[in-house]
Amino acid sequence: MEIEQLEKVASQVRRDIVRMVHACQSGHPGGSLGCTDLLVALYFERMKLKEQDGKVVFDMDGKDEDLFFLSNGHISPVWYSVLARKGYFPVSELGTFRKLDSRLQGHPTTHEHLEGIRIASGSLGQGMSVAIGAALAKKLNNDKSTVYVLMGDGEQQEGQVWEAATFAPHHEVDNLIAFIDLNGQQIDGPTLKVMNNRDLGKKYEAFGWEVISIEEGNDMAAIVKGLYEAKGRLGHGRPIMILLHTGMGYGVDFMMGSHKWHGVAPNDEQLAAALAQLEETLGDY
Amino acid sequence: MKKYTFTEKKDTRSGFGAGMQVLGQQNPNVVALCADLVGSLKLEAFIKENPERFVQCGISEANMIGVSAGLTIGGKIPFATTFANFATGRVYDQIRQSVAYSNKNVKICASHAGLTLGEDGATHQILEDIGMMKMLPGMTVINPCDYNQTKAATIAIAEYDGPVYLRFGRPVIPIFTDADQKFEIGKAWMVNEGTDVSIIATGHMVWEAIQAGEILEAEGINAEIINIHTIKPLDEEAILKSVEKTGCVVTAEEHNRIGGLGDSVAQVLVKNKLVPQEYVAVNDSFGESGTPAQLLQKYGLDAKHIVEAAKRAIARK
Repeated sequence: MEIEQLEKVASQVRRDIVRMVHACQSGHPGGSLGCTDLLVALYFERMKLKEQDGKVVFDMDGKDEDLFFLSNGHISPVWYSVLARKGYFPVSELGTFRKLDSRLQGHPTTHEHLEGIRIASGSLGQGMSVAIGAALAKKLNNDKSTVYVLMGDGEQQEGQVWEAATFAPHHEVDNLIAFIDLNGQQIDGPTLKVMNNRDLGKKYEAFGWEVISIEEGNDMAAIVKGLYEAKGRLGHGRPIMILLHTGMGYGVDFMMGSHKWHGVAPNDEQLAAALAQLEETLGDY
Repeated sequence: MKKYTFTEKKDTRSGFGAGMQVLGQQNPNVVALCADLVGSLKLEAFIKENPERFVQCGISEANMIGVSAGLTIGGKIPFATTFANFATGRVYDQIRQSVAYSNKNVKICASHAGLTLGEDGATHQILEDIGMMKMLPGMTVINPCDYNQTKAATIAIAEYDGPVYLRFGRPVIPIFTDADQKFEIGKAWMVNEGTDVSIIATGHMVWEAIQAGEILEAEGINAEIINIHTIKPLDEEAILKSVEKTGCVVTAEEHNRIGGLGDSVAQVLVKNKLVPQEYVAVNDSFGESGTPAQLLQKYGLDAKHIVEAAKRAIARK
């Protein structure tokens, strides 16, 4: 897909995010907006997905297709929107987000059989381990496709992340591309203040990872370029870590760069102000 | 009383290792994972024959549970193995979210459960694991009684699609069940039919219950003994059928009296038929260092204590 088209999808996804969070008056818009460009680039450009008659189809095993895992499950709005816009389930279902009897739970789950989701996430620190397991299964199955996993930067404070970080290079899990969303914010404030992660790139390098930095994590062209570069480095015995520098709340001026919009929903006026900044490109749900 | 004899004693963990060897030969989807305790889990034969299907995780249990969950997504059947303490309490949230809530076909296989781990002491003697695991929706909880039954259970859970907690241990105990038994998940095993008291036991306590039954018989008391190897789902029908006949129950388990088999049985009785129940279990305490026999005696879990509990239950009828 052309960069311009990907940007159009991203604009619609951002509209979906603020509308979903507004409708149930809860959820996490900040990180969702910041990771929109990455998820659109993955699903609409980079990932090899299972299709039938030009439509994506879902099965749990995901053999011979690329897999994506969201470890920081609280940014579910962006994932739900991208999955629906890609055709995994009807976009009208986005309106049920976080409401009773919905398949779109506050945090992603397989429990409601929502197409596109292969593991529950929300309790932080677990997604990379799961992605590594799925990548190992691909190797055992002689399946050459790639596994992607996204984590938050605050999430790097969880101990399990470093168990997984040690494991993947040791077992040469070189069909795995992990991302850290470096937005520098977590619930209680700036990450530097809450718990300084120091130099994550150096840490992962020391653990044996191949580290790539995407400085403009909200620039579609930069993301696509970074993803192609990462893909080219697969299969050489090392897992790949992409440090993705994003802006929390990116795309809505008053939500940008602050931890205040980590887990807060906009009111009616704020919704209108946000939507005025985001072009409706694919039609609202 | 039906006579149970034995010619050999072995540890239940060796039954697990033997079951894994069979699975390694029969089921190409079975993958074994371990957190630096290969010798303790008796995985040597499986690893020797299937090196590509063994994943050494190092001392990182949380990651091992996550990797196991991920392996199921590619259709693998992961057996995640370590000591019971590290397989449950240490990684409860990982099991809860990535395995149970996600309904992943992970087999959590836990050795060295209970007091009979022995000399290592309380840090390693988990007595709360059955409770934690049975509280997870969708989790099957199995605690077999001897080498042969553990081997059969190991083979059987690979055929079952869903998360399982398989609990076994370290002490060498008599082998008194059939070598070629078929293991049915959720189906109680009638060890001995009787009329005066139902002794419902799990794991290592089944052999203690058999010994207790013989002592009781000598005193003219006819005990029915049931092996509940599957604590969840519980064979409620077998339990109710037994108490209809005997009118009182003793539950016996190597676990805290809170949250284990005894409480599961009590729930069935409260809902269906109120009869006296006595618990043979650890009385809400931690364990300590000692030999397995010393610990069973000190913490009130040996045959003698089952006999006393049976008499108390009968007296309350």
